[in-house]
Amino acid sequence: MTVQQTPAPERSGRRRGVGLAASAGKGFYVKLVLMAVVDALGLYGIIALGSQHSWVPMILMIVALIVVNIVYFTPRLTASKYLVPGLIFLLVYQVFTVLYSGYLAFTNYGDGHNSTKEDAVAALLTQSEQRVPDSAEYPLTVAVQGNKIAFLVLDPGTKQPEIGTADEPLQPATGATVSGTRVTAYPGWQVLRLVDMLQRGQAFTNQLTQLRVPISDKPEDGSIRTQTGQTAYVYRSTLSYNAAADTLTDSATGTVYRAGDTGNFVAPDGQVLEPGWRTGVGFSNFINVLSDKSIRGPFLGVFVWTFVFAILTVLGSFVIGLFLAVVLNDTRMRGRRIYRSLLLLPYAFPAFLSALVWQGLMNKDFGWINQVLLGGADVDWLGDPWMARLSVLIVNWWLGFPYMFLVATGALQAIPADITEAGAIDGASPWQIFRRLKLPLLMVSLAPLLITSFAFNFNNFNTIYMLTGGGPKDLSASVDVGSTDILITFVYKLAFGGVNKQYGLASAIAIIIFVVVALISAISFRRTRALEDLN
Amino acid sequence: MSVVAPVPEVPAAVPDDSVSMSKRPFNFGRWFKATGWRHLVGLVALVFAIFPLVFVLSASFSAVATLTGSNALFSSFTLASYKALFNDPLNPYGWWWLNSMWIGVVTAVATVFLSALAAYAFSRFRFRGRRAGLLSLILIQMFPQLLAFVAIFLLLSGLQDVFPAIGLGTRWGLICVYLGGALGVNTYLLYGFFNTVPKEIDESAKIDGAGHARVFFTITLRLVAPILAVVSLLSFVGVLNDFVIASITLTDPQSQTLAVGLYSFVSNQFSQRWGIFAAGSVLGALPVVLLFQFLQRYIVGGLTAGSVKG
Repeated sequence: MTVQQTPAPERSGRRRGVGLAASAGKGFYVKLVLMAVVDALGLYGIIALGSQHSWVPMILMIVALIVVNIVYFTPRLTASKYLVPGLIFLLVYQVFTVLYSGYLAFTNYGDGHNSTKEDAVAALLTQSEQRVPDSAEYPLTVAVQGNKIAFLVLDPGTKQPEIGTADEPLQPATGATVSGTRVTAYPGWQVLRLVDMLQRGQAFTNQLTQLRVPISDKPEDGSIRTQTGQTAYVYRSTLSYNAAADTLTDSATGTVYRAGDTGNFVAPDGQVLEPGWRTGVGFSNFINVLSDKSIRGPFLGVFVWTFVFAILTVLGSFVIGLFLAVVLNDTRMRGRRIYRSLLLLPYAFPAFLSALVWQGLMNKDFGWINQVLLGGADVDWLGDPWMARLSVLIVNWWLGFPYMFLVATGALQAIPADITEAGAIDGASPWQIFRRLKLPLLMVSLAPLLITSFAFNFNNFNTIYMLTGGGPKDLSASVDVGSTDILITFVYKLAFGGVNKQYGLASAIAIIIFVVVALISAISFRRTRALEDLN
Repeated sequence: MSVVAPVPEVPAAVPDDSVSMSKRPFNFGRWFKATGWRHLVGLVALVFAIFPLVFVLSASFSAVATLTGSNALFSSFTLASYKALFNDPLNPYGWWWLNSMWIGVVTAVATVFLSALAAYAFSRFRFRGRRAGLLSLILIQMFPQLLAFVAIFLLLSGLQDVFPAIGLGTRWGLICVYLGGALGVNTYLLYGFFNTVPKEIDESAKIDGAGHARVFFTITLRLVAPILAVVSLLSFVGVLNDFVIASITLTDPQSQTLAVGLYSFVSNQFSQRWGIFAAGSVLGALPVVLLFQFLQRYIVGGLTAGSVKG
């Protein structure tokens, strides 16, 4: 590139004065408006976080806001002005989530361990509620407000009207009209007669009989429930919580459940109460992966297959792509651009769609490959474990070779023609020229791309999930796993697939994947020395 | 940017075949030996590459919109599947398409902007922690965001209470998540390209009175415009293809993306819904395929540059 001529000093001096005033003026106002928006949002966030007593995020938010203001309102720190916007997103959505994954890997978070211990105790108390024998009767009136249902009752002791909903415990209903032994009206609520309730149908009746209105803030006090819509009775938990001893006692059987280390209340005979709560479990997720038979078997199988899948994918598509690049990169050939445009198509077509299309093509009963190409054959492309593995590779080669073709073509064209000529003069055959001269040069630039491609395919969720869903399923395993599952699909199914979500375990495996990928990439990048001239 | 290795200089003394060849009369044998077999290989590769796409195009126009009905290629032509796509309130394809495009475009533009800003800083300023910053970006890049999906899910459900606009189930929330991955993936690539723009250009502009912001927006960005287009295209494609994060973030059918919506649509009744799915695929892939064709010249350069040096 040519270097632009520097204008004469006195002219530039004059122009600088004008230019600065104009550009600084406009830019400054844009900056001011943007910063006003950022500050407003930040303040809103600080207030919102404060009102929820989330002190740590609030402090972080305050610090971030101060930093942003300093960076943009001081003349120095120029580099930071360019880095801060991206860094904020990076820190919140990448660095934080990675660290948080690391934390989750050491917890038992998941279904049955979703919340705090207090929530678990409250849920257990609610679950074990039974009608108190000979409890007082509450003459009941049902009222609705939109979708909300309320119980209007007369307190059996004080005979005063009270109102309560699922979320709000009973409280005095001042302003309610009482006639005889019931409440008949309450401002803001529509009172339902028996006929009205029946008209609302089965769904409403179910909702009504499941509704529990707490008597007070304390779960021990129990709640009132109704079966008839006319009378409510007191229900109280058979369990009682002893905060000092951290135990739950079942008054019916006398069993004492102790809070265990794994986030559940456990009886002396080993009986476990669900739900439990979220708690740190140390390395037990990692240990489970390697020692629990129901997880270890599938995990090791998936682990090995992930490597085989990623390596064969890269090798296969690289060989096809390089071969095509060498064959089609001949200056005497016509239509090279057309070939390139069309061979680009599998790469351009969204991969998740391609995998679904291949699933159709490879369908055993109706698919084109069996029906037309093989004339009515009965090949179980996706249902047989080994065929499914082969199919996944074929599809992935199809997806991957255009990329390899493109980069190999680019790299080939960058090799100077005199190398070939020099080789030819020395009497080398075309194969020798390729093998001994061009390939080593190609690998210099392509090796890092192959590593990147390996890392990508190691986590190539789409091909697997959209083509086979990880299947065919291994029915002997206790977790949801199949013959073509790779680690990332396995983890996804653990965390979000089935009925039993295991966030903690899934995060532990995610961390293992990360360590594996990072190690391999680091070692191979070091060997290719791609980073050596980073200055 | 080029990937040339140092080569010993050799006098070019070999006579040029291709010039003399064109003067000879056409001979099939010689033609086949020179380029004909190459065309043969090319054609086989083309069939392998394109057939699935031709198949899906044909299926989308098929009158019998099932998997079996699609096996006879181009035996009928009807737009019924396309119409059916937009007349199913339970599977609002129109929304999925718009969501994917909207989320993709916003993410792509913002990604390029954020990473260009960062790359400019790394390329043009010398500050403390610069080298460490670049290295840590490369490290962070090794951790695919995909792996943190559980944490992302929990972070978004936490954000729900404070900033409902970027909480779970919102498109903006998803965009923010994607932007978290913006710096890691693209900064290093752009950094290399920014280094190829001579600093003398900046300096002369500064002497003319331009501030660093003006140099960045009006000079440097324009000079690397092609690679910016490639980076935004690749990040658009990345967003379009993302299933994992989109599937845990967006649950309401109207806010879902193509990947999530079409997958659950077709996996429900695979062979019966084939034709409609094919039509949906064609419409969904069209923008990307066209963009790829327009930008292919730059894509090759962008791809090779990725992990080579700057």
